[in-house]
Amino acid sequence: MKLDRYSLKERLKIPLMVFPSMAVIVLLFGGGLVFGLLQSVGYLPVAGLTDFTFSHYVNVLTDPTFLRSLWVTFRIAFIVTLLSTIIAVGMAFVLREQFPGSRISTFVFQIPLPVPHLVAASAVILLFAQSGLISRIAVAIGFIDAPSGFPVLINDKLGVGITLSFVWKEVPFIGLVVLAVLQSVGPKYEELARTLGANKRQRLQYVLLPLIMPGLLSTWIIVFAFTFANFEIPLLLGQTFPQTLPVQAFQEFQKPELTSRPIGMAIATVIAAITIVLLVAYRRLARYSRA
Amino acid sequence: MTLSSNQQSLKKMVKGRGLAERHPLNWTRWITVGVIWIVVVLPLTALFLRSFAFRWLFPDILPGQWGLRAWDYTFGESSRVIEALLNSIGVALLVTMLAMIVGLPTARALGMHDFRGKKVVEWILLTPIIVPVLVAVMGIHIVFIKLRLTGTIWGVALAHLIPATPYFVLVMSSVFANYSPALEETARSLGANKFRVFRYVTFPAISSGLLGASLFTFLISWSQYVTTLLIGSGTFVTLPLVLFPFLGGGNAAVGSAITLIFVAPAILVLVLTSRSLGRGSTVMGGFGKI
Repeated sequence: MKLDRYSLKERLKIPLMVFPSMAVIVLLFGGGLVFGLLQSVGYLPVAGLTDFTFSHYVNVLTDPTFLRSLWVTFRIAFIVTLLSTIIAVGMAFVLREQFPGSRISTFVFQIPLPVPHLVAASAVILLFAQSGLISRIAVAIGFIDAPSGFPVLINDKLGVGITLSFVWKEVPFIGLVVLAVLQSVGPKYEELARTLGANKRQRLQYVLLPLIMPGLLSTWIIVFAFTFANFEIPLLLGQTFPQTLPVQAFQEFQKPELTSRPIGMAIATVIAAITIVLLVAYRRLARYSRA
Repeated sequence: MTLSSNQQSLKKMVKGRGLAERHPLNWTRWITVGVIWIVVVLPLTALFLRSFAFRWLFPDILPGQWGLRAWDYTFGESSRVIEALLNSIGVALLVTMLAMIVGLPTARALGMHDFRGKKVVEWILLTPIIVPVLVAVMGIHIVFIKLRLTGTIWGVALAHLIPATPYFVLVMSSVFANYSPALEETARSLGANKFRVFRYVTFPAISSGLLGASLFTFLISWSQYVTTLLIGSGTFVTLPLVLFPFLGGGNAAVGSAITLIFVAPAILVLVLTSRSLGRGSTVMGGFGKI
């Protein structure tokens, strides 16, 4: 990085370069958040609502439906993050080494990354519905003899279908972060630990895990935030009740009565608040791991 | 024996992977590779089979009768798939172009300069990545209605620009961070004007990174669902919007056919970027948003 000599021309140069993208984000995103906040406190002149009130927040935060949605959303995001991490770290440790087929397998491992969430949901339905492919295979093996013998995994209580689609998407994401760290470090520290007499478990605990931890922590925050905020997967694969928070917020917002908009916006603002906490944690972490 | 293994190690050294030791396939590696291939290939195969199945009764593992009916319907008038496909491509191209226009200067500033307020700029870029865009789009919906932007390609493109811009800027800033402006100086001293410096010096140097960032921005717009649903108001439909009703209990064969069209660019982009950028690059990391 180069430090500029701050001549007058230079002083104007950087702000002008930064301005266009900042304008887009501040106006569209920041503006959206501000308008949303205004609507959530009851300011919606179009619907004849101009009285500021916190009643929507009180109603939302004391509503058992909201609390159940909040719990479901947290639970799914937590389980997805945990499961994806375990699978991803395990696979990254195997894929970092070269063996026959390792390169092509690493490529296949990455395929879910750019695939839209809706595609993952679509495939999960085909495979895990009661009359889906896995159920048919179970019949062929002789585990079950009718679709009703197969467990309900779509629109189910535990959110198995939702979890499967997310894990499918997030494993390569976490895996590539871990793989990148392991490959940039190379085998030198492990070799060193080996020559000092560290066994396999000790090398894992004292060498490899501390190396991948900083990257892993920030990836957790991102995966958790993405899962928490996703809309289409729980809408398609979740129960009608309780739904996850983004779905609940959107459905309130879309109700024909304009008066339910503030309620939807209040839920959305709660989602924003939770993710802002995650954002701050992410920045703290970035600073910590650089230091 | 010794000679051939020497030759092999020599080959590896030449390829620049001299330190990487080659391992045999033990059972851990077999299981990992097997799981990866099954988990990735099986869903795509199932979609493929379903879209070409005319009759697929339970508990048959393969379809009893094959047919093109689902594909015929998909490309027919009544499914709106062609219209949605053109809209998806159109809006994604527009978003990529707009992100490039507003994002390239910022990316260059971030990648190549230290300046006061850089931290603030990074904060502002990071916010739409972690805080859900849905919240902002719900808030701004009312403004878009007033400005008559709902239901138009411009309104939808502006909504998609919220997640697209920060990613484009962050990916391109890491491209610029690895770029040295020394040649630009040389070109200028030889009398090249601003346009020629960009055309013959800057652009060739950043072009492969720019291609990756653009493809990736295209995909962000391509995979947007709820933002389009809200701002498109049902009149501007993209591929995921047409796909959705077929998944929740609609015709599964048509749903699978549209899913395959929807996934094709994603896999194409992966093939293109994995060649030019390699694993672990910022572009790959950013895929998490899609």
